[in-house]
Amino acid sequence: MTKAPCPRLSHIFSGIVRLLYLAFLACVPTIVHADIDITVTGSGAKLFPVIIPVFENEASLPNAISEIVRADLERSGRFSLVDLGPLTLPESKTPDLAAMASRGADAVLAASVLPASGGRFEIRFRLFDTTRKDSNPELGGMLLHMSPAQHRLAAHRIADFIYEKLTGIPGYFATRIAYVVKSGSRYELQIADSDGMNAQTALRSPESIISPAWSPNGEQLAYVSFEARKPIIYIHTLATGQRKVLANFKGSNSAPAWAPDGKRLAVVLTKDGLSQIYLINADGSGARRLLTSSGIDTEPAWSPDGNWIYFTSDRSGDPQIYRAPATGGNAERVTFEGVYNVTPRPSPDGTKLAFLTRHEGRFRVAVMDLASRQIMPLTDSARDESPSFAPNSNMILYATDIGGRGMLSATSADGSVRQRLSIQAADVREPAWGPLQK
Amino acid sequence: MKKLLLPSIVVLALAACATEQAVEAPPVEDAPPKTSTTIPTITTPSRTSPIDPLDRAGNSVYFDYDSYVIRSEARPLIDAHAKRLAQEPGRKVTVQGNADERGSREYNLALGQKRAEAVRRALRLLGARDAQIEAVSLGEEHPACTEASESCYAQNRRGDFVYLGR
Repeated sequence: MTKAPCPRLSHIFSGIVRLLYLAFLACVPTIVHADIDITVTGSGAKLFPVIIPVFENEASLPNAISEIVRADLERSGRFSLVDLGPLTLPESKTPDLAAMASRGADAVLAASVLPASGGRFEIRFRLFDTTRKDSNPELGGMLLHMSPAQHRLAAHRIADFIYEKLTGIPGYFATRIAYVVKSGSRYELQIADSDGMNAQTALRSPESIISPAWSPNGEQLAYVSFEARKPIIYIHTLATGQRKVLANFKGSNSAPAWAPDGKRLAVVLTKDGLSQIYLINADGSGARRLLTSSGIDTEPAWSPDGNWIYFTSDRSGDPQIYRAPATGGNAERVTFEGVYNVTPRPSPDGTKLAFLTRHEGRFRVAVMDLASRQIMPLTDSARDESPSFAPNSNMILYATDIGGRGMLSATSADGSVRQRLSIQAADVREPAWGPLQK
Repeated sequence: MKKLLLPSIVVLALAACATEQAVEAPPVEDAPPKTSTTIPTITTPSRTSPIDPLDRAGNSVYFDYDSYVIRSEARPLIDAHAKRLAQEPGRKVTVQGNADERGSREYNLALGQKRAEAVRRALRLLGARDAQIEAVSLGEEHPACTEASESCYAQNRRGDFVYLGR
């Protein structure tokens, strides 16, 4: 068995930026000793040169912020960072934009840290375009209050602001991801920031956990646990650690998918025979069958407007993707190419559908433009699974297999940027990208 | 909440063009901890040794790739389990369907269920009662063999009979 790290990615794309994040997750006494290794594989598209200096008075913070902002931007594969050394650019002054432009930067951040009451801090920043000659070069600014413990979230918010101003696409850094880590015969459901840092364990079990699904408000996770030697769906409240059974009917209970309003879920039950899609209230009441087929119907996913449920069905023989009105009724086939198209995941903006397709024995993530029904393969590994859109509809997290070990990767929805996010010495799978953090 | 719009920020807001104002973000509040400090930890009781009335005959039936058709060689085993269930109405069995690891976990769960359901129907036809049987799927989560080879995958496409202790 080869253990070569990610050989394919490296020769598909040219420019490789490799970042090593050493994170010691002291608060997680777990199976995972956590070095996070993120590899960005860019397409060679033009990177946006930007200066993110050390913030004025940043040393007054217990934990640095600017380096997290820089790491977010660099990892996105869309920016190159122009180094300014220890020089700071106070928010209160407009930087010398001509000088910044001569260093090669198209945009520059001016940022300051100020003490606030109660041991808190205030971060102020403004973003400037060094290339605007005729108009106001200022792209906007923001003021953030934070406690010292919130430095990572504050940094991700600043990176989101910069990302959106400079790319026109909303950022995705201030989000969390859920995933399952397997180590030996033990399983953990973990939650981490979108950069893989701050990992916290939500559940430990000697049996498998699959299909984590974020509630729309990001406060709960539904998932399938095999702890009772059969699949049962639980809903887990992250702040309290309390979990309750959502569905434990005779047979198997799986594939939870929250409706956009968070009041109901689509689930798969087998109480009436084969796997079929039901709707159930978030308190576990009122289960009713949505669709009836003579084969397998599974992997439901709601369209963001709540009108459609996309799902996988073998009603035509091979597994293909269909959609049906969320009120029930006739299903319409969505995929026609190939003999294995599963795991439909509509983008939060409703324009795209990510799914898993098998081609010549390889399982890849592909994306369909829902208006034109055009399909584009996004990955080229052998064993990809579980695509999950970021809230900005522009990045897709998925599970991949490298040397027999599960890892997480992310790709931009146009395939131009990829990054690998792995927790060393662990088998990671079943990623789910959560909503933007409040 | 105390909103401090400091002079420089006001100046900044005024200086910005109409569409690109400095905005004050909602403060990063002291929220409750993201995840609970007490982590639910599941411990399952040591597996009750399954009562195994058909030890010599085996407790597993195997299936072809992407298939849920019971092979003819599995018939005698299913027959024997059905007879036992018919003769002992108090006995209960869980039929656990399994799948090999390739592809989507949830689709594999559904394939495992299809296998378990095929076995359940056969047991019913042969005289076992509905209340005696639960067909469930473990999907690809309980492989009997973990190598990436066809012979290994074949061992994982199976249905297991698990009798509950009483």
